[in-house]
Amino acid sequence: MSMANEKDINEQIAWAKINADVLNSMRHPRKAYWITLVMCLLMLVCAIVAEIHQYSVGMGPAGLNNPHMWDMYIASFVFWIGMSHSGTLLSAILHIIQADWRKPIYRFAEAMTTFSLLTAGFFPIIHIGRLWNMYWVLPYVSSRGVWPNFRSPLVWDAFAISTYLSASMLFLFIGMIPDLAICRDNARGWQKKLYSVLSLGWSGTDQQWRHFRKTYLLMACFLIPLAVSVHSIVSADFAMSIMPGWHITTFPPYFVAGALYSGCAAIITLFVLLRYYFHFEEYMTKAIMEKTCKLTFAIAMVWTYLNLIEFASVWYGHDIYNKELLIAKATGPYAWIFWTMIFCGSVLPFALARRNWRRSMPLMFVVSLGLNLGMFFERWMIVAPTLSMSHNPHQWDIMYGSIVEWAIVFGSFGWFGLLFLVFVKVFPSVSMYEVKEMVYHRRRHLQTSEEKSSTGSASKSSGSDPSLEGA
Amino acid sequence: MSKHNVLALFGDFEEAFNALNDIKAKKIPGLSIDDVIVKSPIEHPEIEEVLGERPVHIQKVTLFGALFGLTFGFLFLSGAQATFLVQPQGGKPVIPLPTNFVLMYEMLIFFAVWLTFFSFIFMSGLLRKRHTLYSENISLDQVGILLVVDETQLQPLKNLFNAHDAVEIREEVI
Repeated sequence: MSMANEKDINEQIAWAKINADVLNSMRHPRKAYWITLVMCLLMLVCAIVAEIHQYSVGMGPAGLNNPHMWDMYIASFVFWIGMSHSGTLLSAILHIIQADWRKPIYRFAEAMTTFSLLTAGFFPIIHIGRLWNMYWVLPYVSSRGVWPNFRSPLVWDAFAISTYLSASMLFLFIGMIPDLAICRDNARGWQKKLYSVLSLGWSGTDQQWRHFRKTYLLMACFLIPLAVSVHSIVSADFAMSIMPGWHITTFPPYFVAGALYSGCAAIITLFVLLRYYFHFEEYMTKAIMEKTCKLTFAIAMVWTYLNLIEFASVWYGHDIYNKELLIAKATGPYAWIFWTMIFCGSVLPFALARRNWRRSMPLMFVVSLGLNLGMFFERWMIVAPTLSMSHNPHQWDIMYGSIVEWAIVFGSFGWFGLLFLVFVKVFPSVSMYEVKEMVYHRRRHLQTSEEKSSTGSASKSSGSDPSLEGA
Repeated sequence: MSKHNVLALFGDFEEAFNALNDIKAKKIPGLSIDDVIVKSPIEHPEIEEVLGERPVHIQKVTLFGALFGLTFGFLFLSGAQATFLVQPQGGKPVIPLPTNFVLMYEMLIFFAVWLTFFSFIFMSGLLRKRHTLYSENISLDQVGILLVVDETQLQPLKNLFNAHDAVEIREEVI
């Protein structure tokens, strides 16, 4: 079969095999899965050790001081919030536009959303230093009856992220209910009890399916504007200030595009890993990988365009501080990070434009890591240069993050990986019922088109014109 | 006269569809298509051609949740901000609408999403005791038709299901 005609999935695959393959993946992953799990655990230990040190000594080891009152932690916070947009994009938007190729891969993208948000949520807590006061990040009324300042984007963050976290968890859970029922019907012991509780008594009645579809669609419709608002609000943390490099009108769309971009890149990374860990070659096919890569490429170009717009508006504007900062970003001490960001974010995506390369899983794995490196540097370039070279030259100071900060950021990847790997082991990472639907509808479509073509060829061979038969 | 629960399992959706069409055509006197429950491993929207349009009201609850979130958001924020009435605001409004709109928007979505979820659980009959006539094959690849019939209808119904190649017919006396 030529690559051009390659199918997203083999529509002749039996439904029983879909169940068996996915359920088996939860029981017998490859050895690499366990190795990755241990690696994630070790990374998390690094972060815990660093956090214990920071907790006992104070914020000094984190290198946070004037002018760098927040750096790596806020950059990582923005990075992880951005990563969370993958699930919304792939699941909600593609669901609404009825792109059925999303079906085998949307579940893990939704899980990514939830776990990225859980990871992001740690950074403001770590950043305040005094962990016992972690509830300070929530907007609550003080003992004197005074509420926080609702004009502050930091308060908006708390509202937006908690809404997004709860909505994305519900979206993930609702989409899993029919699959949890399948797990319940095939499990034994404590697992059966767990899945019985979680599947809420799902039995696949027509009443349940009708309500399920409506609910899922409604949730998808709410999640899209919610995702956009969340990252716009995160951008407002910066854009609402008067600092050079932050007070920029295009920040909200720029942040949203960056978020979608890093989310898509992470989907490619996890696509390759899951395909390998769980033998999902039949479900996470190369054709689907190609479509994901094309989508990522398109978003990369949007991000590049928004970068250029930002540079142009600063360059042709009359704000001397902004302009000097832009020049300093490209030529100053952070220049290597800036140009690495430009290379990874705008040049490297062209690797996704070549068909043969898109079909190489190891290559796409490396490229996706490169894209996300660029996205992490993007967040670093938003935060650090502005703080380093702000209005007052006597305050200028270069910052690359302390070992404690790096260890915590490094460990956050371990935390995310750990949550994700446990999730895909306990819950089906490929949506069984959606893949069945995909296979069913494609098979029906194939049958219908074959019937049409056979009717057409029969009428041709009989010499009659079918368009005239009715007349 | 005793009542029976009957569950017929079909390996092919087309056959189940035809069996439903026969029930709708009143081939068994006294049986109504409105009493039929269809169980399937995937959603079959085309089944509404036989069952008729059965309404879904979740969107009304969602709308209520969204409006509630919007109203509650405004009242909550402006109520909290009203405590600043006694403090000098330096010319700024005590209740700043543009910034409140951002949070009202979040609350709109928050309440809409949660009420959608709860209404889904309630309206789709989840969290209730499952019917005793359940086959694990339904979550695999078979379609089930579930009916409550009296004794006189039992045998004709079985014959109808068998005529459409039912894989298995289960029954229980209520």
